[in-house]
Amino acid sequence: MTAPMTAEKELMSPGHLACAGCGAALAMRYALEALGPRTIIVLPACCWSIIAGPFPHSTLRVPTFHAAFETAAVTAAGVRAALDMQGKSDINVMAWAGDGGTFDIGIQALSGAAERNDDIIYICYDNEAYMNTGIQRSSATPNLAWTTTTPRGKLRAKKNIMAIMAAHMIPYAATASIAFPDDFVAKLKKAAGITGTRFFHVLATCPVGWRIPSNLSVKMARLAVHTNVFPLYEVEEGERYHLTVPSRNLPVEDYLKPQGRFQNLTAEMIAEIQQEVDRNWAKLNRLAADPS
Amino acid sequence: MKKVLMGDHAVSYGVTLSRAQVIAAYPITPQTFIVEELSEMCADGRLDGRFIMVESEHSAMACVIGASVAGSRVFTATSSHGLALMHEMLHWAAGARLPVVMANVNRTLGPPWNILCDHSDSMSQRDTGWIQFYVESNQEALDTIIQAYSIAERVRLPVMVNLDGFFLSHTAEVVDVPDQEQVDAVLPPYSPEFKLDVADPHTFGAICLDSNFMKMRSGIQEAMDESGKAAIEVDNDFKEIFGRHYDVVEPYRLDGAKTILVTAGTAASTSRVVVDAFREKGEPVGLLRIRMLRPFPFAQIRSLLREADRIAVIDRSISYGLSGGLATEIRAALYGTEGSHPPVFGYIAGLGGKDLVPEAISEMISRCQKGQRPAREDLWIGVKS
Repeated sequence: MTAPMTAEKELMSPGHLACAGCGAALAMRYALEALGPRTIIVLPACCWSIIAGPFPHSTLRVPTFHAAFETAAVTAAGVRAALDMQGKSDINVMAWAGDGGTFDIGIQALSGAAERNDDIIYICYDNEAYMNTGIQRSSATPNLAWTTTTPRGKLRAKKNIMAIMAAHMIPYAATASIAFPDDFVAKLKKAAGITGTRFFHVLATCPVGWRIPSNLSVKMARLAVHTNVFPLYEVEEGERYHLTVPSRNLPVEDYLKPQGRFQNLTAEMIAEIQQEVDRNWAKLNRLAADPS
Repeated sequence: MKKVLMGDHAVSYGVTLSRAQVIAAYPITPQTFIVEELSEMCADGRLDGRFIMVESEHSAMACVIGASVAGSRVFTATSSHGLALMHEMLHWAAGARLPVVMANVNRTLGPPWNILCDHSDSMSQRDTGWIQFYVESNQEALDTIIQAYSIAERVRLPVMVNLDGFFLSHTAEVVDVPDQEQVDAVLPPYSPEFKLDVADPHTFGAICLDSNFMKMRSGIQEAMDESGKAAIEVDNDFKEIFGRHYDVVEPYRLDGAKTILVTAGTAASTSRVVVDAFREKGEPVGLLRIRMLRPFPFAQIRSLLREADRIAVIDRSISYGLSGGLATEIRAALYGTEGSHPPVFGYIAGLGGKDLVPEAISEMISRCQKGQRPAREDLWIGVKS
């Protein structure tokens, strides 16, 4: 942060309805810090439909439209088109969706907007399951994680949303973390200066769904980065990969052990996850090393 | 200026004359010509608007909802399965009180696949909070689009203008295309009281679990009531400028009519010919065309139908297990009249593009004239045995 945030100037006011330790609440705070008051939010069904507050209250001090679950990207595209027709092209239109609304039910609209290169900032705050409805698996749920609909652990890997978005050749895509606000804010400010579809994949811890104490929320997000489970990087024009935060290459077990959703993992399963993480990390480093 | 236009293109002209600013659409037969023409109009500058070809009808409606809440005049068009896919977003547009205008080119739904006309698509959407019109000619299609924006923006409800697939959409007629200045005189630029505005930030659609929810819903019903009056005012203004107009219901030869046909859309054109033939034989038959289905014009329908001996309703759709939707609603309207009211004979006909020929309509009238009461809620005409 260039300067400490204070309640008076913040665009997210106190009194929101997030659970204690909610990563998604922190993520919004940083996003609005970076993008500023000339921002309009499109909010599909997700935890934030509740966090923002009930009518007639709102924790958000920028214009906000609650949209249908699967429509975040295209509703934002409609807002953008209207603003452009009114000569207001400098306003940021930010779609703010969870992993279900992005990886699953909203991916058709997201893909459509990205293919058209609609001029929106799309932020997926990923808490790795349908947390608002009570911890059901999504395609963002990691391999072997417990949810209420994967009682013996999910048996498929997490969908690689960044690869999907990069494949659309959009001008900018980035991962971000609530544990690295400087990196997140810098990426947002960079993205705000770019025209076209800009996509953010933000890991947002959910103490309730991950079965962790709320005071470990930021620590878990940090460990996700330092174990290479969730590396921080950006992709320009779908091709130019840059790692933005160096990793400490800690063992994945450091990240898995404190989380109740991984409590039933055997040593073999942890080894399997380590191999998967190592494979993905090596691939990402190859991409980042490619000068194209 | 008079032009020879297909119904679809008449709609496109209506949208351009209404100065729509954001148009989002997805192709589906028999609607596609509407948005093809609009994409041309945006590309060559005839319309100062943004045309967005989206990835589904669901997204088309979501996109224009976003554009509308951000303060632009918007349009989309669809048919059949496209309208069905939009269903969730139809509720959203009405719930958000947005003056979205949409043309729906009436087409049945599969399976089996069929691209031809009936009213199953729009009749299935009567409960979504949309004002609904059914037009009978290409001229009326163009004019009703312009009127739709006036009504929608006055009462803050979305409007669906329905035109019969192929019978209008792909059929060329002479259409008097109004001058832009004349349209501007009846339709000022869209200037909403509330919109997404960084200078005056508000949240739209936040969760509401208290009694305010009931208040918002009753507000939609009040706006529907208001829209019935608005439609008449808009029509009167329209008449002053253009010299033509359309009532919410259109009576034809109802003077002394003992048997009255009721229908919507192009079936009314054929029905008029049949009514004339009965009148020539000295039989007192008349026609009432329902142009506005939502809000349902209870008062007009009651006053025009209550003196008849028999009512014959032609439905181009069926609510399975009940009867034709129009017949059901006519019965509901008449039930509210004092004293006795005429029996309603419901006929299901013209599904999936089946021609509604004069002989079929004559058969309906004859059957209706013979019976004291309908033997059942609906009688199917034209079913191959």
